[in-house]
Amino acid sequence: MRRWTILSLAGFILCACGGASGPVVLLHASYDPTGDLYEEVNAAFSSSYRTPDGRRVDIGMSHGGSGKQARSVIDGLPADVVSLALARDIDLIAEQTGKAPADWASRFASNSAPYTSTIVFLVRSGNPKAIRDWDDLAREGVSVVTPNPKTSGGARWNYLAAWAFANRRFSGQTSLMQTFVRDIYRNVAKLDSGARGSTTTFSRQGLGDVLITWENEAFHLLAESGPGEFEIIYPSLSIRAEPPVAIIEANARRHGTLEVATDYLSFLYSAEGQRIIARRYFRPIYPQSADPEDLARFRDIEMVSIDDPLFGGWRAAQAKHFDRDGLFDQIYETGRRR
Amino acid sequence: MSGKASLIAPGLKPRAGRVLPGFGISLGYTLAYLSLIVLIPLGALGLEAASIGWDAFWDIATDRRVAAALQLSFGAAILAAVVNMIFGVIIAWVLVRYRFPGRRLLDAAVDLPFALPTAVAGIALATLYAPSGLFGSFLESVFGLRVGFTATGVVLALIFVGLPFVVRTVQPVLEDMEPETEEAAASLGASRWRTATRVILPALAPAMLTGFALSLARGVGEYGSVIFIASNLPFESEIAPLLIVIRLDEHNYAGATAIAVIMLAISFLMLLLINTLQALSRKWLGHE
Repeated sequence: MRRWTILSLAGFILCACGGASGPVVLLHASYDPTGDLYEEVNAAFSSSYRTPDGRRVDIGMSHGGSGKQARSVIDGLPADVVSLALARDIDLIAEQTGKAPADWASRFASNSAPYTSTIVFLVRSGNPKAIRDWDDLAREGVSVVTPNPKTSGGARWNYLAAWAFANRRFSGQTSLMQTFVRDIYRNVAKLDSGARGSTTTFSRQGLGDVLITWENEAFHLLAESGPGEFEIIYPSLSIRAEPPVAIIEANARRHGTLEVATDYLSFLYSAEGQRIIARRYFRPIYPQSADPEDLARFRDIEMVSIDDPLFGGWRAAQAKHFDRDGLFDQIYETGRRR
Repeated sequence: MSGKASLIAPGLKPRAGRVLPGFGISLGYTLAYLSLIVLIPLGALGLEAASIGWDAFWDIATDRRVAAALQLSFGAAILAAVVNMIFGVIIAWVLVRYRFPGRRLLDAAVDLPFALPTAVAGIALATLYAPSGLFGSFLESVFGLRVGFTATGVVLALIFVGLPFVVRTVQPVLEDMEPETEEAAASLGASRWRTATRVILPALAPAMLTGFALSLARGVGEYGSVIFIASNLPFESEIAPLLIVIRLDEHNYAGATAIAVIMLAISFLMLLLINTLQALSRKWLGHE
């Protein structure tokens, strides 16, 4: 189905380029849980923005797992802009195709991440398993739901946040840290392919005692579900997740949308963009522009960054943990669950 | 097969007294169409696999996780096809031999697994069979059996998507078979069991095998419904098609291609075996 949506969108873009007077169409490939955010951003942008020759801009969205979206763009999805769960996925597009410039991260403020988020726990009403922090997830008898880090960008942040906690708890002793993270993943009842899939498994199918997820996704689910059905638990230490945005310049140049794409991504940094971001449960990088009420929802917790020496940036973290036969694969290779 | 081969030789000679003309053009069309739709894409897959190199290919093929995924995919598909073969025949029998109110509705319901998007089926099954779901909680509390998010769930999903194949292949054969056949067997002194096993089942065997093969082939490739009801944990309920998707998401095209080629080879061998069995069963049972 998604293929067809993409194909028809691609066809739409071709048609739009043919006729000069219609709206400009941008194709935006994003990761899973940003649907509501960009719905609102796109509506606000489209209603106020006009190109120099007075045309309006329509934005077509394509959502999917972050890794999958990167692969689609590499394989030829004609996206003008991407917003993915982590910088590594955009790096891959730049490295493998050159369609995005190598220095894409320096094109917009704060490493091209207009918003941040963090990783939190969601538990069922009353927190029956008394889950307070990461070590509760490694306890026997606790059932955990989290997506597969191989396919989901959010899941990689989840895993690395657990790793950061383990590093502190075991003072950097690697073998103990590995055992700890393995204990958490042995408690996993289902590995979905994306963050939204895990949310559905936890909320609709009632599987698991705790869901490890994006803070924005947790708030979104709280708002969607009945009052008191779920509770958010902030761990003592989490990770500062920075989902970046970039222009796929080769595509945008071909479509003649380079300027519009730049203005579109800049809009995310505007006061209005930042206000929408906070309203949609993402942490704005310019909190002064956001509504104080929205900001009050975010708990101030300690967060490590991917550039912390513990990880050494995405390239090193990816190679050490998530590449084939990396530490994550070893969790399952070194013995079956239970 | 031998029958077809003998037809081709005289057919290549100019118009060997056929009623309808057009053998040449229709064969040409068939070959071109099959090449375009099936053979060329599969050939491209083979070419991609050939570029991996034998050693790397062997490494991937013997990887424990790949082996576990293949074992689950083929094991669950075989199990589901067996279940479908047995219950498919019963359903076809009921639909053909008995008249009762709601029969047409039931008949139409058989095709639903064809029409439903598999993801919808997967979500529905997962919701029902989740530990907190309607059936899931019952099965767990009464029999201690977990279906949702286990390998059993994979088999269940494959039974669901493969059900119509056996019913729809057996049904026309049963419709052609007059009830008089059974009555004749009975009047000649055959017991009920003997009538069923020596008269009816042999006539149905080729159709049952066709249904089995179709259900099996469908099950091996099924992805959409399974990933919802399986836990997708490596070594536990990770199917081979999911592992292919995971390899793709790791940008490991060689790994994905290698698993695909292995699946293709096993499927081809199994279908070849079933077709041979079918030809033999026709010969043995005298239904040429």
